[in-house]
Amino acid sequence: MSGTYLGMPAFPEAAREAVGNATLRGNLRHATHTIRAKRAKAVSEVSDWAELREAGKRIKDHTLRHLDRYLVQLEESVTAAGGVVHWAADADEANEIVTRLVKMTGEPEAVKVKSMATQEIGLNEALEAEGIRAYETDLAELIVQLGKDRPSHILVPAIHRNRGEIRDIFTREMSEWGRPAPEGLTDTPAELAETARLHLREKFLRARVGISGANFMVAETGTLVVVESEGNGRMCLTLPETLISVVGIEKIVPTWQDLEVFLQTLPRSSTAERMNPYTSTWTGTTDEDGPQNFHLVLLDNGRTDTLADEVGRQALRCIRCSACLNVCPVYERAGGHAYGSVYPGPIGAILSPQLRGTGSEIDASLPYASSLCGACYEVCPVAIDIPEVLVHLRERVVQGGEVTRAGNKVVLRPAKGHAAERAAMRAARWAFLHPGALRTGQRAASRTRRFHPRTLPGPGRAWSGTRELPPVPAEPFRDWWQRTRGGKDGDR
Amino acid sequence: MNSRERILGRVRRALADVPADETPLSRDYLREHGRRSAAQTVDLLAENLADYRALVHRCTDGELADLIMRLLAERGSRTVLVPPGLPPYWLKASDVTQVHDRAASTAHELDRVDSVVTGCAVAIAETGTLVLDGSPDQGRRRITLVPDHHICVVRVPGQVVSSVPQGLERLDPARPLTWISGPSATSDIELDRVEGVHGPRTLEVILVGED
Ligand code: SF4
Repeated sequence: MSGTYLGMPAFPEAAREAVGNATLRGNLRHATHTIRAKRAKAVSEVSDWAELREAGKRIKDHTLRHLDRYLVQLEESVTAAGGVVHWAADADEANEIVTRLVKMTGEPEAVKVKSMATQEIGLNEALEAEGIRAYETDLAELIVQLGKDRPSHILVPAIHRNRGEIRDIFTREMSEWGRPAPEGLTDTPAELAETARLHLREKFLRARVGISGANFMVAETGTLVVVESEGNGRMCLTLPETLISVVGIEKIVPTWQDLEVFLQTLPRSSTAERMNPYTSTWTGTTDEDGPQNFHLVLLDNGRTDTLADEVGRQALRCIRCSACLNVCPVYERAGGHAYGSVYPGPIGAILSPQLRGTGSEIDASLPYASSLCGACYEVCPVAIDIPEVLVHLRERVVQGGEVTRAGNKVVLRPAKGHAAERAAMRAARWAFLHPGALRTGQRAASRTRRFHPRTLPGPGRAWSGTRELPPVPAEPFRDWWQRTRGGKDGDR
Repeated sequence: MNSRERILGRVRRALADVPADETPLSRDYLREHGRRSAAQTVDLLAENLADYRALVHRCTDGELADLIMRLLAERGSRTVLVPPGLPPYWLKASDVTQVHDRAASTAHELDRVDSVVTGCAVAIAETGTLVLDGSPDQGRRRITLVPDHHICVVRVPGQVVSSVPQGLERLDPARPLTWISGPSATSDIELDRVEGVHGPRTLEVILVGED
């Protein structure tokens, strides 16, 4: 991953600071609770949710287990449809490829659709260094870019900002980048959105190069899919002459029919809508309609290393819906920035340390950025067992062991002086500051139940201890357990 | 070794533990949610479109030209974008200037047009979704994107399906598709939904039945 977030404090320190920020916490609380309630309603509308979730999980697992085959098939079908496929082993290589492609067009700028993959590799910074300006066009990404800030949520990256802050950012920064904000701009969302519309429109209409990611790539047909709301995606995908899509190799689904599962589960899990306002699909290029040059950059950047881990590879099923963020009591208090990566929240806590390794203090502390309440697993539309991977990564951090880095097997040494364990203690202490933290987890009881009898060997045993050490202020965990689930089976 | 070989090699080594044979995927989710008559499916489409702030109208084929004229007039549109294969009678009552969808026209030119009228490929009732596939009555993708007012005509019940799985079945992945569920919207500012950021801010859907 890029160095954008290097030098970040480890999770507990960053979180402690965030928890002290009342505005941030207020914004986050409002936002996560709103989406959470809406999502539950959207999900309850489809009676076969459990089956869709199981099918999504199976399709993704199957794809990952035969990824070599599907990658080759995808390459063939994209090429046959008129696209050009590039392979990038890491962030630097992906950035070089994109920079070279943009330079070939002779254009000094590009418009961008919100994309986690390009943030992960630090593409904007890489382009800037070569004199190419990349404009973020998703409203939230625009707020983040203008505010010289970092995204704090997968779906709504500016969730940590309230309307007043956004108005100030627009008024102060827009003129630097293009059309300035109007005089006397108020902080009503409609007026702010209109300001963004006018500011970005001049960029869309002149854009010759678009850069995107993709939510899905269909191996069978070579089709790419982008799911969005505002129409900025459609602008970037259809107005420019050249389109460059940077996509993680795990985003493949085998067949066109497989989309029927994810186009039902993704919108409901992420924005709690039956369907997001716009979905675009494109298969290579189409004569006289949309970009006439299409480049697909397939990105590894730690994904094959993640794939090598039998327990951890399930993180690659993620379709980035962000449902797990919105239910996480730890995310709600700490905010996205505390995770020190473009992937915040529960998924970030298992994905970042796998993509980047656990060499840095922040990455070693991420597997502890959780109360293991299990709510994230419960809502995940592809049933990623995040708590299971967290525990697995904790063992890895404290015990060391064999891991794959950049395609090579290396033996990880146990964390020095159990620094990670100390981090765990600190993380746990603040996570349990609030008695509601545990209760929030819908599967709290059954999840912990599963982990209870499991004694971790070696230093891991010390970690097991920390589960009971931090007192839950209103009621001790054991009492709570007895009262709510004692003697009964979990919901499995 | 190039990166293609390197990545594929890493994938194969990473999957060394995976057995070659697999049980086939079972698709035991539903093809549609609930049983509805054709008329009920159209009603559900209308309801879900309206729920996402599309303006829904119904008429017979014979009334279509007058309805389109009225909608354009109410909007005060002076120009309307026309895809190459739009049935000419749809606009025969309207006296607005027709701008033809040409490959050579620039985005700035499109930005000056008031409205666009298109047909659609398929509409999905359960999600309130219209799908455009670039057929001659729908035109290039950008014509339904840049103008601020989109009138989309759906033939009912023929072009309506219940569900996403049924919709995908009818579509050709080789064509560029645009799925539209309500007008452009954002929830990026404190999660307040605001209609209209970059796509058309007004979406009008005409459900046309037989005479
Ligand atoms: S881990 Fe699951 S819930 Fe979280 S973002 Fe990914 S798909 Fe969504």
